Amino acid sequence: MSVISRVGDYFRNSQVWGSIFRHGIPRDRRTRAMAVLSNVFLHLHPVAVRKSGIRLSFTWCMGGLTFFLFLAETVTGVLLMFYYRPTVEYAYVDIQGLRAHVTLGLLREIHRWGAHAMVISIWLHMLRVFLTGSYKPPREFNWGIGVILLVLTLLLSFTGYLLPWDQLAIWAITVGSNMARATPFLGHEGPGAALLTIGDVALVHAGSDARFGLLAGTYVGPNALLRFYVLHCVFIPVVVSVLIAVHFWRIRKDGGISGPL
Amino acid sequence: MLLLAVRETTTLDRLKHVVNSLCAPEYFVSLTVVLFAVALLWYRRWTKPAIAGTILLLFSIAYFGSAADPNFVKIITKPDNVPITMMIFLVGFFTWLALRLGAVNDERREKGEPLLEAGSDDKVLVWPDLVYTELICLVLCTVVLVVWAIVLKAPLEPRANPSAIPNPSKAPWYFLGLQELLVYFDPWIAGVLLPGLIIFGLMALPYIDKNPRGNGYYTFKERPFVITVYLFGFLIMWCVLIVVGTFLRGPNWNFFGPFEYWDPHRPVALLNINVSDVFWITLPSRYPKLCPWSPGLPTQAALGGIVPAYIVREAPGIALIGAYFLALPVLLAKTAFQKLYAQMGLARYVVFWLLLSWMFLVPIKMVLRWLFNLKYFLAITEWFFNI
Ligand code: HEM
Repeated sequence: MSVISRVGDYFRNSQVWGSIFRHGIPRDRRTRAMAVLSNVFLHLHPVAVRKSGIRLSFTWCMGGLTFFLFLAETVTGVLLMFYYRPTVEYAYVDIQGLRAHVTLGLLREIHRWGAHAMVISIWLHMLRVFLTGSYKPPREFNWGIGVILLVLTLLLSFTGYLLPWDQLAIWAITVGSNMARATPFLGHEGPGAALLTIGDVALVHAGSDARFGLLAGTYVGPNALLRFYVLHCVFIPVVVSVLIAVHFWRIRKDGGISGPL
Repeated sequence: MLLLAVRETTTLDRLKHVVNSLCAPEYFVSLTVVLFAVALLWYRRWTKPAIAGTILLLFSIAYFGSAADPNFVKIITKPDNVPITMMIFLVGFFTWLALRLGAVNDERREKGEPLLEAGSDDKVLVWPDLVYTELICLVLCTVVLVVWAIVLKAPLEPRANPSAIPNPSKAPWYFLGLQELLVYFDPWIAGVLLPGLIIFGLMALPYIDKNPRGNGYYTFKERPFVITVYLFGFLIMWCVLIVVGTFLRGPNWNFFGPFEYWDPHRPVALLNINVSDVFWITLPSRYPKLCPWSPGLPTQAALGGIVPAYIVREAPGIALIGAYFLALPVLLAKTAFQKLYAQMGLARYVVFWLLLSWMFLVPIKMVLRWLFNLKYFLAITEWFFNI
């Protein structure tokens, strides 16, 4: 017996190892099943799956890639938060500093390109789910969860776009959020808003409409920056995480990845 | 020798000119629709790997060859536009893959052979089969992402300045299809109603599509209608419009061909007209016999003031829109959609028509704009209510 495997055995027989991994090396059917069952992360999977369901040509691994990109965004995003202050004074300077001074300054690049990639991968994931008819019963509800995830992913990207506080950022967000002005009834330039009055007092005006709610102001300014920051870093990611958990849970409960009956 | 060089540049210039004019939205969108129709009609032929590979090769040569042009390269190398190039190729590739697998399955079905996805019982263990696949995907994806991040710096423009409005101002690229729709629709439709209907429509899809076939495997033949509608929406109304919005719209949201310089001083022409103008002014002045009312928009309320003037003015538009949204579905349910209607029942059919009618109002209005400069079917500007 070589030294290495003796050392290996020593660790594997120790109390520490045994307390972490409740099973032996996954070499046979039982321990492999245990490997999945006793790990909270792997336990998102069932123990066994249909062979054709996991073929790359069937799923394109697109849902998995979307999930991976979400994780990559979370990690790089948390790191970026160390360097960034969401105020009009500091936001732009902090990004400049991040470019100039931070060692291995790839964080922002990975975060930005990862976000774009996630938008594309989620569309492709939907395309494959659609074209395999996997939204059909019993998976209707999970498709619905997916649609909400799609909207939230786009909103994540959109709210993040403002944070560098450069020209690209504020004008893209200005163009985007101007749409809210035209919301029927709720935007001050939307159809029907003029009907919502009490006597002569308009209820829906530039200082109270849907756009105001989104930007916390009538233009893309400091309040909008703070609001987008909180939405981007806390609120939307938390909701997405919860919904991804539901999504994965439902894949299992709906009978695993779809296949011909 | 010199002469040859001159001749060559002029041929190239002429070619560029042709491409430029073919890229005008009316031709670009129409051409992609034709391509789309051909692609679905002959999905079994062109998806054969050899043909599809040739198409990919030719397209790549044209696309990246175009990068020799300074104007085109400026557009596609803008850092935030790089994902659009990726989108074009990835969406193309995966659409091909899905249609190819569908074609293979459809052929197998016809011959009575088992589907590609058959063999529901052959279960494998997640560890190692699935976990390792996932690990490999993860590693590859990490590598791609890191390389991308090293090669391409994230853009940072000058600090935000609320008084320096860039021209054109563009939303993030994934929303540019919607921004492009602003050319044809008011913001309440392009920016609020249509996105809302897209979300609602996607969620409603599994409950509307009652076709039990094609669940869990690739196919085209077993569900041609729903696949055509979905791909039309995704490929043409979403992706193609993104390309138009990012690559072909310059200052003042004017159209510029891929090889054109974005000149901010190009004049904007075009006076657009409403259905009410056509009905109350154009028709009676051109065909006074057929349309014997005096030319001019009505300004008087009718029926003793019960019907306000703008309703009288917009009556033709109201009739058109009403016919489209309310009468056409009834007609279709009795004719082309008879089987569909029987399958769906009334409630589903109503929702189905709500979604389908809005989806097709978009290309209908585009075509009418290109052909007749139509601005609004219905223009109650008094309420910001224009369709
Ligand atoms: C954050 C976004 C999302 C993540 C991380 C995600 C993840 C996944 C994963 C890992 C799978 C397993 C199979 C596969 O990889 O294809 C899956 C399946 C599925 N996804 Fe998603 N997804 C997301 C968004 C969506 C969207 C936008 C839709 C549709 C509108 C959707 C609908 C579905 C459905 C119906 C299944 C079951 C497919 C089957 O059983 O064959 N998901 N998702």
